[in-house]
Amino acid sequence: MEYEAVIGLEVHAQLLTESKAFCSCTTRFGAEPNSNTCPICLGMPGVLPVLNRKALEFTVLMAIACNCRINEFSRFARKNYYYPDLPKNYQISQYELPVAEEGWVEIATEEGTTRRIGLTRIHMEEDAGKLIHDENKPVSYVDLNRTGVPLIEIVSEPEIRTPEEAAAYLRALHSVLVYLQICDGNMEEGSFRCDANVSVRPVGEKQLGVKTELKNMNSFRFVQRGLQYEIDRQIALLREGGRIVQETRLFDPVTATTASMRSKEQAHDYRYFPDPDLLPLRVEPELIERLRRELPELPAQKKERFMREFGIPAYDASVLTASRELAAYFERTVELFPNPKTISNWIMTELMRQLKSGDRTVECCPVPPEHLAGLLRLMEDGTISGKIAKAVFEEMYATGKEAGLIIKEKGLVQVSDQGELAEIIRKVLEDNPTEVAKYFSGKTQLIGFFVGQVMKATRGKANPEIVNRILAEELKKHGK
Amino acid sequence: MSELYEMTASQLAEILKKRNATSVEITRSLLNRIELVEPLTSSFSLVNPDLALEMAREADRRLSQGNGGPLTGIPIAVKDNMCVTGQRTSCGSRILANFVPPYDATVVRLIREAGMVILGNANMDEFAMGSSTETSCWGPTRNPWNTEMIPGGSSGGSAAAVASGEATVALGSDTGGSIRLPAAFCGVTGIKPTYGAISRYGLVAYASSLDQIGPITRDAEDMALMLNLLCGNDPLDSTSVPRSCPDFTTYLGKPVKGMTLGFPTEFFSKLENADVSGVLSDARKVFETLGVEFVELSLPHLDYGIAAYYVIAPSEASSNLARYDGVKYGHRAKEFDSMIDMYCQTRAEGFGPEVKRRIMLGTYALSSGYYDAYYLKAAKVRTLITADFKQAFESCDAVFCPTAPSPAFKIGEKIDDPIQMYLTDVFTIPVNMAGLPGVAVPGGFSREGLPIGFQLIAPHFEEPRLVQLTAAFQKETDHHLRRPPI
Repeated sequence: MEYEAVIGLEVHAQLLTESKAFCSCTTRFGAEPNSNTCPICLGMPGVLPVLNRKALEFTVLMAIACNCRINEFSRFARKNYYYPDLPKNYQISQYELPVAEEGWVEIATEEGTTRRIGLTRIHMEEDAGKLIHDENKPVSYVDLNRTGVPLIEIVSEPEIRTPEEAAAYLRALHSVLVYLQICDGNMEEGSFRCDANVSVRPVGEKQLGVKTELKNMNSFRFVQRGLQYEIDRQIALLREGGRIVQETRLFDPVTATTASMRSKEQAHDYRYFPDPDLLPLRVEPELIERLRRELPELPAQKKERFMREFGIPAYDASVLTASRELAAYFERTVELFPNPKTISNWIMTELMRQLKSGDRTVECCPVPPEHLAGLLRLMEDGTISGKIAKAVFEEMYATGKEAGLIIKEKGLVQVSDQGELAEIIRKVLEDNPTEVAKYFSGKTQLIGFFVGQVMKATRGKANPEIVNRILAEELKKHGK
Repeated sequence: MSELYEMTASQLAEILKKRNATSVEITRSLLNRIELVEPLTSSFSLVNPDLALEMAREADRRLSQGNGGPLTGIPIAVKDNMCVTGQRTSCGSRILANFVPPYDATVVRLIREAGMVILGNANMDEFAMGSSTETSCWGPTRNPWNTEMIPGGSSGGSAAAVASGEATVALGSDTGGSIRLPAAFCGVTGIKPTYGAISRYGLVAYASSLDQIGPITRDAEDMALMLNLLCGNDPLDSTSVPRSCPDFTTYLGKPVKGMTLGFPTEFFSKLENADVSGVLSDARKVFETLGVEFVELSLPHLDYGIAAYYVIAPSEASSNLARYDGVKYGHRAKEFDSMIDMYCQTRAEGFGPEVKRRIMLGTYALSSGYYDAYYLKAAKVRTLITADFKQAFESCDAVFCPTAPSPAFKIGEKIDDPIQMYLTDVFTIPVNMAGLPGVAVPGGFSREGLPIGFQLIAPHFEEPRLVQLTAAFQKETDHHLRRPPI
């Protein structure tokens, strides 16, 4: 029997507000443990929460960007459970009435088409703190700096069918959040986290199978691997005649497997009820209108515009628009050197390779758009060959110097003098009579050998187009 | 001339103004009185003479510089559930018996800014859960009119202190009657203002949607002075209502002729105590001589008030009290063998039986599968009670009714019978459910000489009307002037 998977994802994104969701403590990461705290986020007796308006605005921005219906009235609710990283022993969240419902984001499928993934809801809540376990003693420490940092939870419909789609969906959400500058998107530090609900069912079956919940997948790759493992596990179990147990499972990144954490019976009863300390939240239509006007161009719109305006393929456009900064880099370079496809190729290969190997982002790229445009211009007018240009780019990246300067310093100007090249070519043919004879006996692929020899003699600076033309002429002479 | 400790805040303000006494002298008079009668009443869970005298000296400085306000230099008792920076705030519970807040409740900030003198923390039922001030971990407070009797609760310490001359005025909090009941039982004036009128920031939460702070005083004038100080919007409390407050003292002398009081038949048909009925009908006559009209009206959902309250309040409490877990502050069990065990032992040792009962009630009511049947149903009852009052106020300016079904009862009489104890609040609870302002006014005495109060309930933010009616009544009567024999 053939099975298909049904996946729904819950994403938690930390909002980039200056202060926490319900008090004025800073949200800055990496401070001394428990230094970014106050009686309110410590849950001391008698203190009360007051909503950070900025957190609400960020949530509404995300809701607009994800085509959601925004509820005029929503409510905060208390999610009750005991854990030492949760000082009040309840989390302020939303339950029955979230800020936004019924949205969608678009993802590209492997077949090259696009598909909409529905969003069930987007709601606001507060983050918990962190426990640090002593390795030597049976003692745990609590750091409450993160307690009360605003989060949004984005819940998808169970419409995702493959781990690849799941990763594409997460990338789409991630880039929207980062584009809106409301989340830094850092998965290792936990600013962008994902839990997955997954079940399998025979193809054609309408009813959903028993689901498991996966946790602890803190990279796109781990989400994909975790889901794949879990889907395979569930299908194998069903084929053996086994039954899936509803439970929460933890992904182990070392073994790329999942293991049971707690069963449904051990699941918490969160005893949600409306938080009496916070009034029903009203999102005024004026606020929605203002935020809609302020909404920046989103990745999907930008991608379409790039394809339309610059005539680049969909693949290029989606790579270039993956981050706002990369897209800006591309656009600036195109302004200076109006050959979009060449620029796109260079960014996607040379530039991104360098950035990746140095673990840098485009904001701190040592080659600014002006320099890249300069290099490409020198390549276009024949001053240097494409091959030399790549070497020059590496040098530019390493030193921050402009292309012209490097070419001058290293004497890399392309040899395009026909007389000079013809002489070198004649010498190469004279020095290699055996190869010439073989060439005429049919081994025409030796043409590459001759070009190589010319390049060697010119230390790579020969203009390859001219070399090819003269070489053909000279060989013709030999053949006579 | 009467002693300084016997005087009202407005009388003391006059004395301070005329320089006939200093705040330090007044404070010493009260501290001496406390020393004398505290062994009989146990009104306080903590008295801090050093802080009080320091605040009194500061008040005298302000007064001598002409920077004083109407309450500068006046001694006050603060209920032990309002945070005072640097002073143990225990909420009458072992679990907070060592808790010293590093912040002031907003009301405490306001009384500091006004230059009032904090005498100490008034005793209360543990976490304000009780009607008798018997559940405090510091032991029960006794009624100054008869120390065999309870003072009412949960703000029993505040009411007993004001009645016995241990404090000029006091702060109480009222979730289901906790200001009005002890005020009635101790023969003082206590108002629970409209929900949202006074900031709850720094008030240790019992049931957040019902809790409200209010003053307990000896008369309407002091009540008006205290309301002037306490009412107002607080950006730290999202449920405090942004609106401007009137000068409540301007309602003190206003005639009440032509006003209408509603007489809810359901409330009176429940009355079995002849003394209470007698006091209520006497009070009615006083109002009638003042030109007040009475109309009968119906509050049909009153019967469901207590049942709904004992779902909503414990539900909120079960969540509000979850933070007392031994991790961050307060009591932590000494012996435990796991994290869960630490929670269990800490809470088993730290909470008393009534608090545990309500935590369990609330936890159950909110449980998955029961939420709709209990919490949601109770919330609907609440809406109906609110609608009843709204309807009632179409035909009257305020509702007139008993505060409690009987005068104060004996210590120990109801402590083992929670249902009987809960029924004490039958007339006060609906007011919290609807978020309305209600005042308990001394109306007379029982045959045994115990005070009996009546209750006036007004529409939202119509506290001025309550000040006006209370002042008019007290001008005609002397029940509020009588002091206990202690």
